[in-house]
Amino acid sequence: MNYGMVFNTTGKVVKIEAIMLAVPAIVALIFAEWWYAAAFAISAAIALAVGFALTLLRPRNQLIFAKEGLVTVALAWIFVSLIGALPFVIGGVIPSYVDALFETVSGFTTTGATIINDVEKIGKSMQFWRALTHFVGGMGVLVFVMAVTSKATDRSMHILRAEMPGPIVDKLVPRAKDTALILYLIYIGLTLLLAILLLFGGMDLFESLVHAFATAGTGGFGIKNDSLASYSHYVQWVIAIFMILYGVNFNVFYLIILRRIGAAMKSEEFWIYILTVIASIAIVCVSLVSVLNVAFPDALRDATFQVAAFMSTTGFTTANYNAWPDIAKAVLLILMFIGGCAGSTAGGFKITRLIILVKKLGNDLKQTLHPRTASIVKFEGKRVDESTLEGVSGYLVIYLIILVATFGLLSLDPSGFGFEANFTASVSCFNNIGPFFSTSGMGTFADFSVFSKIVLTLSMLLGRLEIYPMLLTLTPRTWIKK
Amino acid sequence: MKIVIAGCGKIGKTIIASLVKEKHEVIALDSDPAVVQQVVNTFDVIGICGNATDMTKLVEAGVGKAELFIAATGSDELNMLGCFAAKRLGAQHTAARIRDEENNDEGLEFMKTQLDLSFSLNPEQLAARAIYDIIKLPSATKVETFSSKRIEMIEIVLKPDSPLEGKTLAQIRKAAKSRFLICVVARNSKVYIPKGNFELKSGDRVGLIASESDTHKVLSFLGETPKPIKNVMVLGAGITSYYLAQLLLASHIDVKLIEKQKERCVEVCQTLKGGTVIRGDGMSQDLLLEEGIQNTDAFVALSGKDEENILISFYAMSQKVPKVISKVNRDELSSIAEGLGLDCIITPRKIVADVVVRYARALQKSIGSQVETLYSLFGGEAEALEFKVLQSFAYSSIPLKDLKFKDNIIIAGIIRGNNAIIPSGDDTIEPGDNIIVIAAGTNVYDLSDIIAAR
Repeated sequence: MNYGMVFNTTGKVVKIEAIMLAVPAIVALIFAEWWYAAAFAISAAIALAVGFALTLLRPRNQLIFAKEGLVTVALAWIFVSLIGALPFVIGGVIPSYVDALFETVSGFTTTGATIINDVEKIGKSMQFWRALTHFVGGMGVLVFVMAVTSKATDRSMHILRAEMPGPIVDKLVPRAKDTALILYLIYIGLTLLLAILLLFGGMDLFESLVHAFATAGTGGFGIKNDSLASYSHYVQWVIAIFMILYGVNFNVFYLIILRRIGAAMKSEEFWIYILTVIASIAIVCVSLVSVLNVAFPDALRDATFQVAAFMSTTGFTTANYNAWPDIAKAVLLILMFIGGCAGSTAGGFKITRLIILVKKLGNDLKQTLHPRTASIVKFEGKRVDESTLEGVSGYLVIYLIILVATFGLLSLDPSGFGFEANFTASVSCFNNIGPFFSTSGMGTFADFSVFSKIVLTLSMLLGRLEIYPMLLTLTPRTWIKK
Repeated sequence: MKIVIAGCGKIGKTIIASLVKEKHEVIALDSDPAVVQQVVNTFDVIGICGNATDMTKLVEAGVGKAELFIAATGSDELNMLGCFAAKRLGAQHTAARIRDEENNDEGLEFMKTQLDLSFSLNPEQLAARAIYDIIKLPSATKVETFSSKRIEMIEIVLKPDSPLEGKTLAQIRKAAKSRFLICVVARNSKVYIPKGNFELKSGDRVGLIASESDTHKVLSFLGETPKPIKNVMVLGAGITSYYLAQLLLASHIDVKLIEKQKERCVEVCQTLKGGTVIRGDGMSQDLLLEEGIQNTDAFVALSGKDEENILISFYAMSQKVPKVISKVNRDELSSIAEGLGLDCIITPRKIVADVVVRYARALQKSIGSQVETLYSLFGGEAEALEFKVLQSFAYSSIPLKDLKFKDNIIIAGIIRGNNAIIPSGDDTIEPGDNIIVIAAGTNVYDLSDIIAAR
């Protein structure tokens, strides 16, 4: 293990976080939240100190392998979260550090699960910081660092692969740094477009930026207690459409920018994603109209918004889906599992993996019927090699194990929120969505026990980084020199 | 610059490594998915799995917008066809690895013009050439010639009894009768561009520049006076050995090739004029003794296996062969072998990579100069470049002492017409000159890169 490189890169990430922390500090100054500005400044100072401490150890060589890539990504996320929680505690917004950590991890992993019961009272700069964590966490902290610093070595592919979601990670252009830059430019471009559209919808600059950030990262932190329910229909429609867009593989956008629209429209994953969204909207809409007698335009809007929010793992809400018919709730729950496309900012199991698994299943069935058939799994017109297939199957197993473990540990909570709440909270955190179903009308995670919050925090990190980086970092064998 | 490389074998990978280091955008193509995977993991490139002649794959790799397409697969025919396709698809320059003897005769030029190849790469021939240069100047571990061969760069390892031990460069310069320049020194795997007060120690690898007519005088001044090589024993009769034998025989040096395979022996006998081909296992010490290894002037290990080459070279050294040269292709092995005392190692793929890098640099728009030759020295830690000075060069006709150069860069030679000048402070750079620059730790793309400020 090349400890030098691992800590050095982590240190660099933490230093960049110090700069990030300056942004909400400025926001605090603008809104005259003096004490919060100080809180951000202190946190930034701590981040700088930690960053320098981590970069003290000079790497003897630049050689990193898959192992170092995975551990670097996990460590960077852990450090960034630990430090990102400080402003909440120092500012006195969230007195308990565990709570603050939950909130920060929820931000960076773009979950959007909150422990703050009254989010309207925490101050604008704090709201901004929550949204900013979504924005940076969405595309990835290390991808960001790679895009802005020139420090991309030959083997930075290992880091890119460890942080970018999805079973197959390819670069858009030969250089990793350029790839990171292009991804961020598309990301920022889309976000600016969204912010401008929201400005037209009557939001002020602060509101539009915060919501654009939270949508971009498919996070879901709002600034109102009822999330987006009180905003205009126009705003809801715009955000719904952008949530769907952010769940699309960014390769598609890149192809569109290159004017290779034909190639972009050939993406199998894209169409299956869109069809899933449309089918889900149809089912939910019909159930709302027929069971709850909601007027069609409202039903369509709520259905679209909620389907987009769950499928893209954003987790904004505009309607009380807890009161929706079972079939609608079931669809939303299933969407929580599926998640967005690979190479997007969305979380979940990823529709890409599901497509590959289903195809593999079809192949296996065919093989049983005709034992001598030679068949391969094709995805996007290319053969999926054995190791990827194995990887996807293995991922399913570990995904289920962790989900079940989270659920089991959550059920230990003596307060007893009920089966439905515990289960959907585990699913929601692990897949980085945010809201959960509760019969008692419980809206936030504030009432969960400290132990449950720690479990969910870990679960969010595991889910965002797609399990292996965290798992590997938590395994003692990774760290023992042999 | 955008460069597509088809074929990621040993040669291909080395080319990729050098080009990525030069900050080019590289797209690698190979038919073996495992190789593609490995290349993508080790280098900052995009990898595509496919054949070098597969149209769709070439289009996917974007050869249409590529400035340079290099075909370095194992097959000459595939390379030529790939280059042809790439050229037709819009690649600006193409280069193919063409190494078989039958493709490298008079027909090569014809093929090159027909296929519109920018240049062809023949690793074996380049390696043979490099070995030949060393054999001609046996006290050096490496000899690099610059254009028109007026100036040579010689690498020597200082022996413990060297008269230079403990002397500073200024002292050496005073004592020397003929002009030469010690321009680069490698010590404990660190590379220095030495100044006048630099003190030489035994074990240093020293690179020095002298005009070609002076090299023998310089070497004898340095206490290196071996007798010229009259006969050479070569282990293996592969393609490199064949080219080497041709070169040696042409300059009346006797060659003995030792080869295991009967068919190959017959083949070489048919095409080679002169020389002796021995059929037998070159790893057998008995056979080597029988064939007179103790009386041979130079031993060259050119078998296909690095390990064999290294081991048998040590045996040859133990038999007091004055000059032992071994071909080692794997980096890690060559550094181990060097550490154990094998000082003359040839790495064909490095030589090839140098050629490609030079070409790529020459393609980049340079302002006042053009790269003519490029050698990487001491495992890539330093490089020697030859530039042609164009009319537009901004610093011409200024004495060198008035120019301020960047650190770790030295102007080591000036070729003006037929004269080779080992420069001193009063010399100037004139348009039309060829300038030799040695740089450690930095890459030089243009002659004006070396000047810090006026």
